[in-house]
Amino acid sequence: MANWGRIARRTFLIGSAAIAGGVAFGVWQYRRELPNPLEPGEGQATLNPWILIDQEGVTLIAARAEMGQGVYTTLPALIAEELDVAWEDIRVMHGPAAQAYYNGALMTHALPVNDYERTGFQDAMIEALTILPKTLGLQVTGGSTSTIDAYEKLRMAGATARETLKQAASERLGIPVANLATRDGRVIAPGGIEVPYADLGETAATMDPPRHVPLRPASEWRYLGRAMPRTDMVAKVTGTAEFGIDVRLPGMKFATVRMSPRLGGTMESFDATAALAMPGVERVIDLGTGIAVVATNTWLAFRAADAVEIAWGPAPYPETGEALLDAIRASLDEAPNSTLRDDGDVDGMEISGDDRVVEAEYTVPWLAHATMEPMNATALFTGDALEIWAGSQSPGFAEKAAAEAVGLDADAVTCHVTYLGGGFGRRGEVDYAVLAARVAAEMPGAPVQVTWSREEDMRHDFYRPAAVARMRGIIRGGFAQALDGKVAAPSVTRQSTKRLSGTAPPGPDKGHVEGMFNQPYAIPNYRVTGHLTDLAVPVGFWRSVGNSFNGFFMESFIDEMARAAGRDPLAFRLDLAEREHAPSAGVLEAVAQMSNWTGSPRRGVGRGVAMTYSFHTPVAVVVEVSDRDGDVSIDKAWVACDVGTALDPDIIRQQMEGGLVYGLSAAAMEEITFADGEVQQWNFPDYDALRIHTCPEIEVRILETQDHLGGVGEPATPPAMPALANAVYDLTGERIRDLPLSRRVRFVF
Amino acid sequence: MTTRLTVNGVDHEVDLPDDVPLLWVLRDALGLTGTKYGCGVAACGACTVQIDGEAVRSCQVALADVWGTVTTIEALGTPDALHAVQAAWVEHQVAQCGFCQSGQIMQAAAFLSQTPDPTDEDIDAAMSGNLCRCGTYPRIRAAIHTAARTLRET
Repeated sequence: MANWGRIARRTFLIGSAAIAGGVAFGVWQYRRELPNPLEPGEGQATLNPWILIDQEGVTLIAARAEMGQGVYTTLPALIAEELDVAWEDIRVMHGPAAQAYYNGALMTHALPVNDYERTGFQDAMIEALTILPKTLGLQVTGGSTSTIDAYEKLRMAGATARETLKQAASERLGIPVANLATRDGRVIAPGGIEVPYADLGETAATMDPPRHVPLRPASEWRYLGRAMPRTDMVAKVTGTAEFGIDVRLPGMKFATVRMSPRLGGTMESFDATAALAMPGVERVIDLGTGIAVVATNTWLAFRAADAVEIAWGPAPYPETGEALLDAIRASLDEAPNSTLRDDGDVDGMEISGDDRVVEAEYTVPWLAHATMEPMNATALFTGDALEIWAGSQSPGFAEKAAAEAVGLDADAVTCHVTYLGGGFGRRGEVDYAVLAARVAAEMPGAPVQVTWSREEDMRHDFYRPAAVARMRGIIRGGFAQALDGKVAAPSVTRQSTKRLSGTAPPGPDKGHVEGMFNQPYAIPNYRVTGHLTDLAVPVGFWRSVGNSFNGFFMESFIDEMARAAGRDPLAFRLDLAEREHAPSAGVLEAVAQMSNWTGSPRRGVGRGVAMTYSFHTPVAVVVEVSDRDGDVSIDKAWVACDVGTALDPDIIRQQMEGGLVYGLSAAAMEEITFADGEVQQWNFPDYDALRIHTCPEIEVRILETQDHLGGVGEPATPPAMPALANAVYDLTGERIRDLPLSRRVRFVF
Repeated sequence: MTTRLTVNGVDHEVDLPDDVPLLWVLRDALGLTGTKYGCGVAACGACTVQIDGEAVRSCQVALADVWGTVTTIEALGTPDALHAVQAAWVEHQVAQCGFCQSGQIMQAAAFLSQTPDPTDEDIDAAMSGNLCRCGTYPRIRAAIHTAARTLRET
């Protein structure tokens, strides 16, 4: 872990010699084949880390967390496209946590440049950056990177395995490879001879795979580019998909935890007398900054935890929401951490009498992830080894952190990754796995499942930080002549990297300003500065991260500028995007067409538009709202995205729908507040989301004009929020600059 | 003390206190994990099962108060023999993370048995207690219409 900190520190200093140093460091290791972590059992063979063959057929390793985004479908499709396996015969598993499954695309977001105007040099730097995750084995699901990382790697894994299987068949049959073909899990030879892969696996596993196998062109694809049935769908509609909370082991105990509600605070004392008197309660364990209760069922553990009387120490941060927001706002006046965009001369502009100056300040609240499945993990400690079962977006980190917590080497810890009942970034953290490991360490030999109550989950998140933006713009001749944005918030990148590695990366924090500095708008004078607030409130990656607040700031302000210019807000954006980035203009044109955008007001109806380029994908959204007896109803949404190549159009559609609803829910009603150092929300009644009767009709269009793959899991979330706020403005004439909107308008619920 | 309980056509004797919610009896005592814990306060619907065909939040029904035979997602249909509602969910590729879908499906199946030809408003009224953080609602609505058609025709 020390290594990760050191290397991260060097590699984050892009633009200096650090990147060259990274390449030099990486060459020997980067080129080296990583060991195959699969350990084939009796009658099994493995050709590479993604393919396991036995008499039952072929199992493909996805090695990314399936949290709804379809990686157990799209990643196997990449392998199967080249391997030639019938879709219905594909079996999928996550596989072990291992270096071989590093996410090479993860660090592409670390490059502090505008992704939409990538140059060859920047592509080379991005390629070089894959060294870091590879060397360190960063097996992380996040940043909308799974398919981007896998696109060539997994097709190549399938292609080389196919050619190796053909070589094995060639030796067995005495027929030249050139005369062999493959289809549906079989090698096909002339004369109607068919050999199942299952019969060739063990021989093929001993052979050297060929190098430089050409990949099939898109015109020959059978699976990619089409909507494939999700491999997890039947299990998920029959209750047979195993989530972390569903793990059942012989003799398993059920436990829960109660940690300090003043996050990161101390526990001064506790009295477990009443809890221990409850029948079925076996243990109350002192965890230092909280307690665990072990019982014969989860509900009893919850009740017993309620019965433990605990005196908590103070919070290590200002105790009220107002004080926290004041601290964030104050950092706007301090020296910036970053100025990642400074086009033209914002300060030097002379303002003439015909110019319009627009100024506005915006705020967004803290947000919880609120995954449907509360945090949980199951662990079995046997003295010299630890097994963990968890829905984790970063199982390698979970293993290391759990090992440290119970005093074992990381090699002695195994994390089995289950399905995730929602992730949204929350399950990239390792706290729940570590707590399960610590409880298990107190009960050697007994498997124990540690499930958090919804209340514990809601009140112990790594929150999307509250943020404040101060924006200033100049309109000249109907165009945006200048935009000066300042954004302040606690740094997710710094805090989370420090949790994982012990060191916060210095230098400009790109994640903090993404969604504002890197938008594809041709504004001649365009500056964005990021200001970091040092607060100890736990913050973390929340679907779309910095874009989740900057998208709202930027696209609310662009809307204000358009209105100040007396322009149609869609046409105003299109002018800015057309001159900067054609695919971004394309998604705006698409939503205009889909929604039959006229710009003319309709009585009782409001429409808002927004566009954010994030995770290599521009997404434009139009939201339509209407007045229902004074309440606001969210009726329709149109979404257009440009993903370059649509690997599975229906999964992309699902992600656009889901990302949109996640953003609309946050913008409309979600808010975490603090009092007395404690989060004031407990459960869904006070932290709700859109429901079926409040969810709009959604139409999605997928464009494929970009020359690179775009991510899909996150980029619909940022534009959803300002599109809704802009629609509410269009309906009511009231510009709401502070989320959630429900503070000022009543939605139909 | 022991309580007798019929779940998915199987009789069980459960040795747990009377006030343990059915949800935890199913999950922790009987190992029927298809029914999910989401909130514990009847605010999300993830724990929905059927008692004598009626959709109920199992987190709110104490063991002693179970008034009839219990059906959970495991017995509505199986991977090899899907119920019409489950088949519609597959046809519309509804699930993303999937955690709420057991409850959504149990709610929808009970609803359709009472309302065979629902309007969108009927669906909204019946399904508004079931939360989905992945935002699968438009597909749930479409799948319910499809399942309703299937059920009417068979």
